[in-house]
Amino acid sequence: MLADRLKEKVSKALLDLAENIKPKVAKGKPFHFLHSFYDGNYTLMFQPGTTTKGKVHLRDGIDSKRTMFTVVIAMIPCLLFGMWNAGHQHFAPIIEIAERLISAISLDSLSQEVLWAKINALAAVDGGLADAMYEAGRRNLEGPELLSYIMPSIENIADAGFFSKFIYGAIRVLPIVVVSYVTGLGIEFAVAQMKGHPIAEGFLVSGMLIPLIMPVTIPLWMVVVATAFAVIIGKEIFGGTGMNILNVALTARVFIFFAYPTSISGDKVWIQDLVDGASGATALAQAFEGGVAGLSWSWFDMFIGSIPGSIGETSTLMILIGAAILIATGIGSWKIMLSVMLGAGVMGILLNIVGGMEGVENQFLAVPFYYHWVMGGLAFGAVYMATDPVTASQTEKGKWIYGFLIGFFAILVRVLNPAYPEGIMLAILFFNVFAPLIDHYIVEANIKRRLAYAKG
Amino acid sequence: MSTEVASKPIKTSEPLFSKKNMRLLSDPLNENNPITVQVLGICSALAVTAQVKPAFIMALAVTFVTAASNVFISLLRNLIPGNIRIIVQLTIVATMVILVDLVLKAYVYDVSKQLSVFVGLIITNCIIMGRLEAFAMGNKPWASFLDGIGNGLGYAAILIIVAIMREILGSGTLLGYQVVPQFMYDAGFANNNLMVVPAGALFAVGIIIWVQRAQNKYYETE
Repeated sequence: MLADRLKEKVSKALLDLAENIKPKVAKGKPFHFLHSFYDGNYTLMFQPGTTTKGKVHLRDGIDSKRTMFTVVIAMIPCLLFGMWNAGHQHFAPIIEIAERLISAISLDSLSQEVLWAKINALAAVDGGLADAMYEAGRRNLEGPELLSYIMPSIENIADAGFFSKFIYGAIRVLPIVVVSYVTGLGIEFAVAQMKGHPIAEGFLVSGMLIPLIMPVTIPLWMVVVATAFAVIIGKEIFGGTGMNILNVALTARVFIFFAYPTSISGDKVWIQDLVDGASGATALAQAFEGGVAGLSWSWFDMFIGSIPGSIGETSTLMILIGAAILIATGIGSWKIMLSVMLGAGVMGILLNIVGGMEGVENQFLAVPFYYHWVMGGLAFGAVYMATDPVTASQTEKGKWIYGFLIGFFAILVRVLNPAYPEGIMLAILFFNVFAPLIDHYIVEANIKRRLAYAKG
Repeated sequence: MSTEVASKPIKTSEPLFSKKNMRLLSDPLNENNPITVQVLGICSALAVTAQVKPAFIMALAVTFVTAASNVFISLLRNLIPGNIRIIVQLTIVATMVILVDLVLKAYVYDVSKQLSVFVGLIITNCIIMGRLEAFAMGNKPWASFLDGIGNGLGYAAILIIVAIMREILGSGTLLGYQVVPQFMYDAGFANNNLMVVPAGALFAVGIIIWVQRAQNKYYETE
């Protein structure tokens, strides 16, 4: 088979290349400062020939690097949907305006003043139209000539379809992904080199999680600062990958949440280039204002995820696909995912009961519990972050308790504390801290039970 | 009658600025810093360091109180009954704090307002009680004075470093003057709110401890 032979040739060439480079990065050689980088890439492409040397180990081909990659793959549906949604949220309001504008121009039903005000508002949020206006201005076009010159750009907006939206979103989302990876891996490589450790793979997942829990409008320098903070203060000073107490990606988010609150909360940050007058409020903000009646979307819309929100968190459907990958490969704990949802449901029902009492005015309390599952970042946090094996409970019973409490408190914070709409972030971080305590009591209880059994 | 008094060898008293005494001043600045090594006086270090000016005044106040009460306790050290020494110490510290409070109110009223209860809370500052118990109760007044000044300065150094970090990052100013240029704000830079709240001070103190331990090659032992 040609394909097989090609594969063999390529992998042999790569292996030869790797073997050739190896002596150049050995200790004392001029390129030694790159040896961590070399090791990292070598073990990425080839399974290392060394095995564990400790006492009893389960030996498996799936090392932490391959575990991490599975999680990254499970996040791809969310990423792709997030790219499309970023474009969709930008285009949805202006498509409508452009369509009305086109029909108004053909009917000549608007006064010049109103017409140009609308066109200017559109040009303020659409690059193509702004460029056309600028070019027309340079050519001194006026009146009907100007209008016919910029007409294609307006039609272009009105015709924006799947690909325009996806590309628009991808152009905004990809830089955040790149910046997050470059910052985080740069720090990881530097630390590995300084301490003489091999490179830890922990950032492969965090680097993808960080962009997915940011609003699309987040300034890139904030991503750099937050990622550096999360990797250094959240992870490296505790001893690096596997030693951190708090989830790294959420540490980055919580840093921005408290350091630059206006960039990550409110109604204006979730949609890139929001046209004047359109609402950019998230489902949580709307539900806080007016309960279920205040929502612009149905339960199903929110399940599909074409709503404003952080890049990766909006689509519960895509998160379910990711969850299926994680559970099928045995990497994510279904117990944690399920118990977070259960905890959220129980809290939701409790709040519904309180909300149904006489004299209670808060409409957010009355939002049915199954709405909470698809609003905000609950599902995303449950699937990708509560399950983080480093920071979650390790005991099987502990996972149920840990997950349940996360869901329970996430909804409590979300509904009752308007200052912190994103309860899941705080709830996960809170129970990251409690996870060792939960484990401790589970283990103690096991010891006690078995001692009692042994005594008969 | 001539009396020949055999000249006894005079007991040489220690010079005022002997090496040993200077160590009393310099030790608390680094190796035995009250905040970063002994981890005392953290509350006020977190509370008053959002800006440099109140931090500076606070540092001065604590230095004065530590030194003065060290001297007084050292003078009284042989008269204080062991059973009630804490009460006596507190009385003297409280007197000093009231003095400081009145001076601040008279001369820098706005800062005094800003510091609010934290001036009064100097009484409970562990650094002061710690020095009285650990040093002034067993040493002579001059050494106690130096020890008080040294610990006050060690406290002051950390307070001012933290305050500089917090004021620049959190408000973009230093001593009230704009130091982050306007063009950076125009380019999208924003002040870090985390540095304005006390949690930011905790991170700042933590980072200082980290740097200091790395410098001094200090390692935690079991």
